Amino acid sequence: MTAMIEARGLSLAIHGMPILRGVSFALREGETFGLVGESGSGKSMTALSLMRLLPEGAEASGEILLAGRDLMALGEAEMCDLRGREMAMISQEPMTALNPVQTIADQVAETLIVHAAARPREARRIALERLARVGLPPDAIPPDRYPHELSGGQRQRVAIAMAIALRPRLLIADEPTTALDVTTQAQILALLKGLVREEGMGLMLITHDLAVVAGMADRVAVMQEGRIVEEGDTESLFTRMRHPYTRALFEASAHQPERRPTARAEPLLVAEDVVREYRMPGLRLFGPAPRFRAVDHVSFTIHKGESLGLVGESGCGKSTLTRALLGLDPIDGGRIRLGGEEITAGRHMPARLRRRMQVVFQDPYASFDPRWKVGRLVAEPFHLLETPPEDPAARVAEALADVGLPADAADRYIHEFSGGQRQRIAIARALVLKPDLVILDEAVSALDVSIRAQILDLLADLQARLGLAWLFISHDLNVVRAITDRVLVMQAGRIVEEGETERVLTAPEHPYTQTLIKAAPQIPAAWRKALHG
Amino acid sequence: MRARLPLQLLIGAAIFAAFALAALVSFLWVPHDVTALNIAAKLAPPSREYPLGTDHFGRDMLSMLMVGARTSIAVAILAVGIGMLAGVPLGLWAAARRGSLIDEIIMRGNDLVFAFPSLVIAILITAVFGPSATNAIIAIGIFNIPVFARVSRGAALSLWTRDFIMAARVAGKRAFRISLEHILPNIANVLIVQGTIQFSLGILAEAGLSYVGLGAQPPTPSWGRMLAEAQTMIYTAPRLAILPGLAIVLAVLGLNLMGDGLRDLLDPRLRRARQ
Repeated sequence: MTAMIEARGLSLAIHGMPILRGVSFALREGETFGLVGESGSGKSMTALSLMRLLPEGAEASGEILLAGRDLMALGEAEMCDLRGREMAMISQEPMTALNPVQTIADQVAETLIVHAAARPREARRIALERLARVGLPPDAIPPDRYPHELSGGQRQRVAIAMAIALRPRLLIADEPTTALDVTTQAQILALLKGLVREEGMGLMLITHDLAVVAGMADRVAVMQEGRIVEEGDTESLFTRMRHPYTRALFEASAHQPERRPTARAEPLLVAEDVVREYRMPGLRLFGPAPRFRAVDHVSFTIHKGESLGLVGESGCGKSTLTRALLGLDPIDGGRIRLGGEEITAGRHMPARLRRRMQVVFQDPYASFDPRWKVGRLVAEPFHLLETPPEDPAARVAEALADVGLPADAADRYIHEFSGGQRQRIAIARALVLKPDLVILDEAVSALDVSIRAQILDLLADLQARLGLAWLFISHDLNVVRAITDRVLVMQAGRIVEEGETERVLTAPEHPYTQTLIKAAPQIPAAWRKALHG
Repeated sequence: MRARLPLQLLIGAAIFAAFALAALVSFLWVPHDVTALNIAAKLAPPSREYPLGTDHFGRDMLSMLMVGARTSIAVAILAVGIGMLAGVPLGLWAAARRGSLIDEIIMRGNDLVFAFPSLVIAILITAVFGPSATNAIIAIGIFNIPVFARVSRGAALSLWTRDFIMAARVAGKRAFRISLEHILPNIANVLIVQGTIQFSLGILAEAGLSYVGLGAQPPTPSWGRMLAEAQTMIYTAPRLAILPGLAIVLAVLGLNLMGDGLRDLLDPRLRRARQ
């Protein structure tokens, strides 16, 4: 079979910085081609090069052959004609990919009208048919809805419907499920798989997640620093892993830090029947506004030195619960006690209670004031002490050393650090007051797998050395398995299952936990055995 | 790597610097005394003695424009100062207590001020308290307050949802301290840009008030009044109207270019793109 699209020696530099260094690959019709790599490896730029949608200051060289025609030689007008018709793309963030003031049917129809493929009436008919094809039938999801009236998964379906409106030969999906929950991810991946099979198009699936490509792709290429370091049939690539980088990536994604199970003796934080409600915009002018119960009678205990996991999908109330635990938002019912003292929101909460709890957030780029130096950032919790420490610089240096950063990091600004280093700094800030409990809110979700493995090692090591308790909030079951002893599963504001991590993840009792575990993509066990055997 | 300065910032800053320099020099030296009348030399064309000629009282136009720049800039700076000093804390307060009664009161108060036609209120203030440069400053300043309150509230609101603000709250910091330490430095760029725009609007407003005789009083020269006095002689000596008009246009243009340039320079998104 001949290649439908082929890249030959594709190189790219942006403002003189080399991004791609001689990338070559070929994609056949009806084939799913997985492109895997960590952030900055050039996978998205490869996709944008194919579409010729490169950022300003980019210089590309090499050949891109679409059915034998070199796209690099085409003008912008000819490319516009090809985009959408021959090749289409869906991106990671379904909210920003859709026009918020246009109905979903109009957006899908637009592609058809722009390419003069159909008159408006006919375009709408095709649009409805395409929407039905991606699982949004008009009788269930009215086609005159706007993007904000849909869930994340439904928006991604609309984006897919737009992409396949003209039945392109190539569909590029750049991290199509990274922003979605695991159960939604499973549905979107199943949809893409079905489209490839039934419409016979080629799918280029870009992802950082080895488990996703393992279940989807016919062939896989692994990218590192702008090069494809290994390429092959999915099964043979996974079972052989010739290139050391592929092997490192694989091992990092399944990394289990060495840790001893922690003893559970003394309760540290006790939550009893916690309720938190939000007022929703009223539907009627008069009468009580409807209330949304984000946290619904939640009770649990964190013991001293324990590592507790909290798993749930977006909107289940994890973040609301976190803010209540930290005493940032008031609760509408129940009690939260830390070491016997009741946590109350706002200024009534004594500093001595506050300093026993700290937090690490998900996004290492939003967690720091960009105008402060690291030393001042890490020292910010000193505000909770009645008298500032005598040697703040030494305390900061100690906290930085705990997370494996040199003391001179304190004199630098946060933008000088990488994502992984920033997350270390966030942990240093949480540790500087030597708290009893640290809440890690999706603290490793935004990190590349190799960095994530390092941070998990660091967390396990810190817990062993400092006797800290973690509340580890995550949607990623692999991470929860690696770092926690006990886990809570949360759904729609309630804790539906609780137990030893290993037991819950291998023999889940609650149907929701079972769904979660089934939906999480896995590398087939046989492939893993072949690799290690 | 040093970021390249936007071209419009350089041009705008150069134009404005020329006016600021002329205003500063006028404190120490002017070619001719602006209060001295010399009827013998009235309406003299530009010459070596009078580089831009004289007006109908024989006063030197260059000296008048220099001292007029002083008036315009002083009024605009003080008016922007009033707007910032009152507006920014109000905006930060509203953002810190977002959704509360205080927020509502501050923002509806803003709307109330916005709803009045600003020139009419300025005329009212000067009519009640008498025309003077001070009252012009107060009148223009009051209308700057809601502008800065709104801009700083909007910018602060988006910051309040960020994780680093959450971290400061976990560190037990009160809203006042967070506003001062984290919010204010991070919205400074927005305020500087808005400040230059309000500055140019202040110059225009001062010229407008002086034109109708409600700004700086004679014998203090002002661009607006020079325009007003020149209009009866627009056919005989158009130079008298063109020169102060040009000064106003150039000063406002320079400040607007500067504001645009600063926005490009300070916008973190554009800055990241350049790096």
